[in-house]
Amino acid sequence: MILLLQYTLLFASVLLLVALGGCFSEHSGVINIGLEGIMVFGALGGALVMRVLSPTTNAFVVILSCVCASMLTGMVYSLLLAVAAINFKADQTLVGTAMNLLGTAAATVIVKAINTATNPDNPSATIAYVDIRKAFLIWPGKEFSWLTLLTVVLLVVSIVLLYKTKFGLRLMACGEHPQAAASVGINVFKMRYAGVLISGLLGGLGGLVYITAGVSEWKFENGVAGFGFLALAVMIFGGWKPQRIALAALLFGFFRALSNVYTGFPFLTRLNLPSTVYNMLPYIISLVVLVIFSKNSAAPKAEGIPYDKGSR
Amino acid sequence: MEKNKTSFLKKPAVQTLLASLICILLGLLVGFVVLLLINPAGAWNAMKTIMLNFWTFNSTRGQLKNLGNTLVKTAPLLMCSLSVLFAYKVGLFNIGAAGQYVAGVGMSLFFAIGMKAPWWLCVIMATLAGALLGAISGFLKATRNVNEVISCIMLNWISLYLVNMLLAPYMDINMSETWSLKKNFPAAVLPTLGFDKLLNNHQYITLAVPLSVVIAVCIWVLLTKTKMGFELRATGLNKNAARYCGMRDRFNIVLTMAIAGGLAGMGASMYYLTDMIKWPMAVTAVPAMGFNGIAAAFLGGLHPIGAIFSSFFIQHITDGGSFMEKIYPAEIAGLISAVIIYMCAFVLFFKQQMNKDRRSGKKGGKAS
Repeated sequence: MILLLQYTLLFASVLLLVALGGCFSEHSGVINIGLEGIMVFGALGGALVMRVLSPTTNAFVVILSCVCASMLTGMVYSLLLAVAAINFKADQTLVGTAMNLLGTAAATVIVKAINTATNPDNPSATIAYVDIRKAFLIWPGKEFSWLTLLTVVLLVVSIVLLYKTKFGLRLMACGEHPQAAASVGINVFKMRYAGVLISGLLGGLGGLVYITAGVSEWKFENGVAGFGFLALAVMIFGGWKPQRIALAALLFGFFRALSNVYTGFPFLTRLNLPSTVYNMLPYIISLVVLVIFSKNSAAPKAEGIPYDKGSR
Repeated sequence: MEKNKTSFLKKPAVQTLLASLICILLGLLVGFVVLLLINPAGAWNAMKTIMLNFWTFNSTRGQLKNLGNTLVKTAPLLMCSLSVLFAYKVGLFNIGAAGQYVAGVGMSLFFAIGMKAPWWLCVIMATLAGALLGAISGFLKATRNVNEVISCIMLNWISLYLVNMLLAPYMDINMSETWSLKKNFPAAVLPTLGFDKLLNNHQYITLAVPLSVVIAVCIWVLLTKTKMGFELRATGLNKNAARYCGMRDRFNIVLTMAIAGGLAGMGASMYYLTDMIKWPMAVTAVPAMGFNGIAAAFLGGLHPIGAIFSSFFIQHITDGGSFMEKIYPAEIAGLISAVIIYMCAFVLFFKQQMNKDRRSGKKGGKAS
C-alpha cells in the first residue's frame, strides 16, 4: 500500500509539473504538443549531470545541480517552439510533433555518442545513476522524493503567479485576446515567449522527476513513453486551472502507479488480468476523460492562433 | 529573362519543391554538424553513406539488393505519409498513423498465422483495423470535440499493447518474434507478380511496391477530381461553411480519419506480409514508421505524388544511416528527418518570402 502511495506521488508530480508547463504555454496562447520532447531533454540534462557528479557529493548539491540542469535544458529546447510559433507563425502542432521526434532522436544520438566515446564497446543509449539517485530520497529506502516537495512548492508558486500577479493576468490575457492585450500596452510576443519558456522549465524538471521515479537507469531510445501527452490530457481534464490540474494529476498518477505495483495487491492479482491491461490503463482512462470533458472545453480562446497585430 | 525567372519562382509547384529542398538541405546540414561533433575524422564519409545508401556497395548485386530493401520499406512509409497528408488536407493532424499502422500489423499477422488466411484477406483485415482506429479518433473529434492529436497518441499506445497481447501466442520462441510467414504460412505472403525479376529476383519485392504508388495516384485523384474529395477539403477549410452548404461535416471528419487509418493499416500489411520483418515479443515503443510518415507527408509538400519521392528519400537516408561506421549512432537519420519536419513548419514563411519581394533578388536568395 505504501508502495502504491510512493509511486502515485511520484508519477503525479511528473504529470503535475508537465501539465502546469502546458498550462502556462497555453494560457499565453501557444499550444505545446512538444512537451514530450521537452521532457526528454530535461531528463537528458539531469541524467548527464548525475553521470558526471561523484556519488559522494552532498545531496543538496546533487539535487540543486540536477534540477537546474534539467530546467535549463528544457527551457533551451522549448526555444525551438517559441521561435517557430511566435516569430515565424508556424503550425504549432507540426512544430510540437517535430520536437517530440527530435527530442528522442537527438537524446539517443547524444547519449550513444557519449557512451561510445568513453567505452567503445558500449553503444547503448542508457545512462545509469544507481547510487547518486539516492540523493533525491527523503528517507533512504523509501521512494519519497524531495522533488515531490519541490513540485508542491512550484504548484503554489504557479497559482500565485498566474492569478495574483500582474504578469500572470497579462499572460492569460494574451491567450484569450492578444489584440486586446496589445491595445493596453502588453507586449504579446514577450508574454508568449515567457509562457513557452516557463513550460520548458517545468517540462524539463518533469522529465528529471520521471527518470528518477523508482528506476536507476534510463534508456533514452524509449523517450518518455507518451507521458508528455498524458500530461496534456491531465491539463485538459484540469480545465487549464492549476488547482484542478493537481487533482487530475493525482488521479492519473494513481492509475500509472498501479501498473508498477499491482502485483502487491492480492485482489488485483486474483483478477488474473495480463500486465498489459495495467500498462494500457492510464491511456484508456485519459481517453475516457477526454471524451467526457472536451465538449465544454475551457481552453484559452486564442491558443494555437499565431498573433497577428493587424487582425482584430 | 529576368521577368521569366520571376514568374517561374512564383509558381506554387516550384515554390513547394524549392521549400522542400531547403528543408532537406537544412536537415542534412544539422546532421552533418552533429556527425562532425561526434568525430570529425569520418564525418564526411558517414554523411556520404547516409546520402548514398545502396550506392555505397561495390557490386551491382549488392546495390540491387539494398535498393530493393529500401523500396520494400518505402511502400509502407508512403502509405503512412498518404494517411497523414490525406487527413491534413481535411484539416486533421493524423499523428495516429503510427497506431493505425500497429493495428494493421496486428491484424495482418493474426490472420496470417492465427487464422491461416490468404494474403488478400490479411490485407483487407489490416486495412479495416486501421480504419476502425482512425474512425474512433474521427468520431471523438466530430461528436465530443476531443483534440485528434491527443486521442491519436492515446490510441497509439493502446493499440501497441493490444497488438502485443494479440500476437503473444504466435511467437517463435527461439527467435522471440512472430513465425516466419514464408516458411510456415506461404499463402499469406504477398504475391510478387514478377516484380521481383526487375531487381535480380529480390527476395522481398512484391506487388506492394507498385501498388502503393498506384494508391498514391488514386488518393490524388480522389482529393482533387471527385465530389467526395471536394467536400472533404471544404470541410477541412471551414467546417461551418461546409455544413451551411449542405455537406455532412461530422460524417466527413469520421470518413476522413477512417480512410487515413485504412491507408496506414494497409501499409503495415504491405510490409509485414513480405516476411522481411516480424513482430518481436513485448514491444515497448511505437514503431517509427508512422512518425516518419509525417516527415514524408510534409516534405512532399502535402501532395500525394510528392509523397512518393519524399517517402523514398526519407527511407533512403534512414537505411543509409544503418550502414554508417559504428562510432556514429544510426539514429542520426531519425534526427535528420525530425529536423526536416521542424523545418517544414517554416515552409509557409519561406513561401511568403518568395512571394514578397518583387524583384526576386535579395530576399528570395536569402530564403533559399
